[in-house]
Amino acid sequence: MNANSLISTNNLCKYYNGGKIKALDGVTSEIKKGEVVVVIGPSGSGKSTYLRSLNLLENPTSGQIIFEGTDITDPKTNINLHRQKMGMVFQQFNLFPHMNVLKNLTIAPMKLLKMDKAEADKKAMALLKRVGLADRSEAYPAQLSGGQKQRVAIVRALMMSPDVMLFDEPTSALDPEMVGEVLDVMKELAKEGMTMVVVTHEMGFAREVADRVIFMSDGKIVEEGTPDEIFTNPHDPRTKQFLQSIL
Amino acid sequence: MDWLFNWFDTLYNTFIVAERYKTLIEGFGKTIIITIGALVIGVIIGTIVAIIKVFADRNKKLRIFDMLCNLYLTVIRGTPVVVQLLISFFIIFVNAKDGTWVAIITFGINSGAYVAEVIRSGIMAIDSGQTEAGRSLGFSRVQTMWLIILPQAFKNILPAIGNEMIALLKETSVAGYVAVVELTKAGNQIKNTTYDQINPILLVAIVYLVMVVGLTKLLSIFERRLRKNER
Repeated sequence: MNANSLISTNNLCKYYNGGKIKALDGVTSEIKKGEVVVVIGPSGSGKSTYLRSLNLLENPTSGQIIFEGTDITDPKTNINLHRQKMGMVFQQFNLFPHMNVLKNLTIAPMKLLKMDKAEADKKAMALLKRVGLADRSEAYPAQLSGGQKQRVAIVRALMMSPDVMLFDEPTSALDPEMVGEVLDVMKELAKEGMTMVVVTHEMGFAREVADRVIFMSDGKIVEEGTPDEIFTNPHDPRTKQFLQSIL
Repeated sequence: MDWLFNWFDTLYNTFIVAERYKTLIEGFGKTIIITIGALVIGVIIGTIVAIIKVFADRNKKLRIFDMLCNLYLTVIRGTPVVVQLLISFFIIFVNAKDGTWVAIITFGINSGAYVAEVIRSGIMAIDSGQTEAGRSLGFSRVQTMWLIILPQAFKNILPAIGNEMIALLKETSVAGYVAVVELTKAGNQIKNTTYDQINPILLVAIVYLVMVVGLTKLLSIFERRLRKNER
């Protein structure tokens, strides 16, 4: 295994109804440290299932996922410890509505990393400032706009100082005018060298930020390459058809 | 105006002579103690049973616990609380000197069955994204349940828990069956010693009504306070 590899999947499969529905059908992939990988594909292609398998929110039917040298699909591994190193951002934000922004951000590092409150607050405020939300620390999620919620959700994941960030269609539930503010935060993160796996329909983001684009269809990786290779010179007819339909 | 003076006279004879009102006050205290004690036990049992049932839904290894919970729910909901009280007092806690404890425990176990289903429905109503967010941060199943799901569930089911509290308060009126002199029994005793068939019972009814109205008011204030910070 390559020393640069952060997450690799080996022949990952996810079947429903005893194999009648194949959400993932033998996905072998590798995410390297510092890499920004964007996963695209039509709906039902398995791209979200693939992403959610990486931190085992979906339990694969078969295959391995090696994260930082550990096979996390092995039932003996403590997945909770590994998830601390994998931040995740959801389409629906999933902020905790009964806590204010600051509590949303500090609860995980305080409970899981035993960070003391002063330190956690300080870190939270510094990160909030970076995403332009320092003045909203006392607000409750219901008082925030969609774009603000998603920026808080990104900060919540960053509070654990993860080694990789997983984004599951982070802008799909946003009003169009709020997409930009979230993408800007993600671009910033990419620039700082964060390893990112992003499932998205934002082709502009993929073109500009991605080191590598993976195109999935029918639970398989059909084609992968640099944004240039995929967007300007796709080989597989399914990739061509998909890109034609959305661009 | 004669009837009014006559009535006052009756009231005096019924409640003031021989300080009989003290029985009522003591009975009132017992009713409150049994209700609060039983509610605490009920919520604890209910929470545990609800969590076991929710976890057992997703994890087949917990099936045996799930079956035990179902047995508990079936037996408790399938028999009248008075009969449960009699079983507790005359079969299980035979040596109990004070029926109050027996009543607290029995009503608590009884209430737990109803609270369990209320809490379970509250847990099921929380969006699965909340669990996913908690787990993705690295929280264990139990931590996620305790820190993220239950606080939201409790907020949602507060009206239903209030209902259970009111039902419980009134149900304690059967504790007299096991020699506990709570409010109803106290009223009944006064009725029997004074031959006043009307006033003790009416007063008992009024006291229950006032308690329930007060409780309802208290709950709505509490609920509003809980919700205030969200908007």
